[in-house]
Amino acid sequence: MSLSHPSPIRKVKNSAAMVLMALAFLVALVPLISILWTVISKGLKSLNGDFLSHSMRNISPQQTGGGAYHAILGVLEQVAIAAAITIPLSLLVAIYLVEYGRGRLAQAVTFFVDVMMGLPSIVAALFVLSFWILGLGFHASGFAVSLALLILMMPIAIRSTEEMLRLVSSALREASYALGVSKWRTIVRVVLPTALPGIVTGMMLGIARIMGETAPALLLAGATDSINGNPFNGPQGSLPLFVYNSSQSSLQATIDRGWAAALTLIIIVMLLNLFARLIAWWKAPAAAR
Amino acid sequence: MAKRIDVSGLSAYYGSVRAIEDISLTVEPRTVTAFIGPSGCGKSTVLRTLNRMHEVIPGTRVEGKVMLDDVDLYGAGIDPVAVRRTIGMVFQRPNPFPTMSIYENVAAGLRLNGVRGKSDTDGIVEQSLRGANLWNEVKDRLNKPGMGLSGGQQQRLCIARAIAVSPDVLLMDEPCSALDPISTLAIEDLIAQLKNEYTIVIVTHNMQQAARVSDRTAFFNIEGTGKPGKLIEIDDTPRIFANPSQRATEDYITGRFG
Repeated sequence: MSLSHPSPIRKVKNSAAMVLMALAFLVALVPLISILWTVISKGLKSLNGDFLSHSMRNISPQQTGGGAYHAILGVLEQVAIAAAITIPLSLLVAIYLVEYGRGRLAQAVTFFVDVMMGLPSIVAALFVLSFWILGLGFHASGFAVSLALLILMMPIAIRSTEEMLRLVSSALREASYALGVSKWRTIVRVVLPTALPGIVTGMMLGIARIMGETAPALLLAGATDSINGNPFNGPQGSLPLFVYNSSQSSLQATIDRGWAAALTLIIIVMLLNLFARLIAWWKAPAAAR
Repeated sequence: MAKRIDVSGLSAYYGSVRAIEDISLTVEPRTVTAFIGPSGCGKSTVLRTLNRMHEVIPGTRVEGKVMLDDVDLYGAGIDPVAVRRTIGMVFQRPNPFPTMSIYENVAAGLRLNGVRGKSDTDGIVEQSLRGANLWNEVKDRLNKPGMGLSGGQQQRLCIARAIAVSPDVLLMDEPCSALDPISTLAIEDLIAQLKNEYTIVIVTHNMQQAARVSDRTAFFNIEGTGKPGKLIEIDDTPRIFANPSQRATEDYITGRFG
């Protein structure tokens, strides 16, 4: 066996593997690029200031003009409420699971979080429909949508926060305990700040996910063409729902508006992701920059 | 400020496994005591029972008495968090808080315990950094992140952080094993200075370091895997290295095992 001649077969295998990997990467890129291309080319022409600042009030489906302002406002409010409830709750659950939970309760919570991860959005929406609307007698509203959205966001937020907290080295906790700092103070002043960039990213990913969920809006937002700024009273617009409704029409004006709305939705999600990265970069432990 | 430690009948468990058995020793104030022994003999475990850090790990327990002057640290009604405020610890790998600057790191023990007052804190931070021989190197960059220092400087930062809360005792768990020889020398010089104010216990696997730095040395050993660690001998450092009274001590010191 010679030390100086790499076997030619190994070289061939190496090249073949690299080609396969490059091809796989390109194939994986195809759907992403084609979606972006389609939405941008079809939506850009109808996306303008008017579109973003007007609702569909008094505009019939075959007319051009009008816009998605009511839908944009609706989805932003619905997601904001869902996030405002989910973020503190999921933080507390994740802290419990990582720092305190040892026994059966922790195991049960982890199990249920896993189950909720796989919950289809239509099921979450159906649950809120039967519990909140049919059961408790409330009407379709933005808040009902928020309830379904928070069910969908919660497991993602809990799981990613949990992972980030576990990543904080136990040496840091020990350093804090050794200074005579109590456990809760250690968590709030040492562990959470250290894990913060990762937690923020995780929360933003959760928000980006629920931003585009159509099923809850379909079942729970009601139907309206007008601007409703109150998520607790009356039907409210929703951007993913707007896209869905537009897609069901054969009228060109409506279809154009639908594409513009889809483009808007993608842009909002992208902005959120950028914002999350910005926060993560800003808050990163300084030496890591 | 420096206090005396009296340990009697100390045993510590990880779950049902007894890690150390029936340890009894005394540490005089303002002295440096070194714990030496082969890997796994329990010397770090003994150290961690002195400031009630052992029980931070779930499922552990401690039996016996640890007296700090005339207070039993494991007595009823004693708050472990308060114990850790009086007995400080420096760890093997330097662990400054990554989200805090140098100033904030040193002040962490004060701030996290709710001590307010910027002017007081400024003074204490400077005093601690001087005490740790780090002031001159960092006085112009107190607001820079603590993680930006070299290994030896980070360890001195951790020492400054530990002494900023004015502990009675300073425990050091192999503080130099992650450092290069120059930084090690700097820390050993520092220990020689610190002992004028604090009682110091240092765990080290480096016998020459124990010989250089300590007044008294305790040798721990373990009979076999799965058996608990025991204190074999404790004596003045020169005597234990020149003329140990136990066979096992002599074997370890001359390098026949370990």
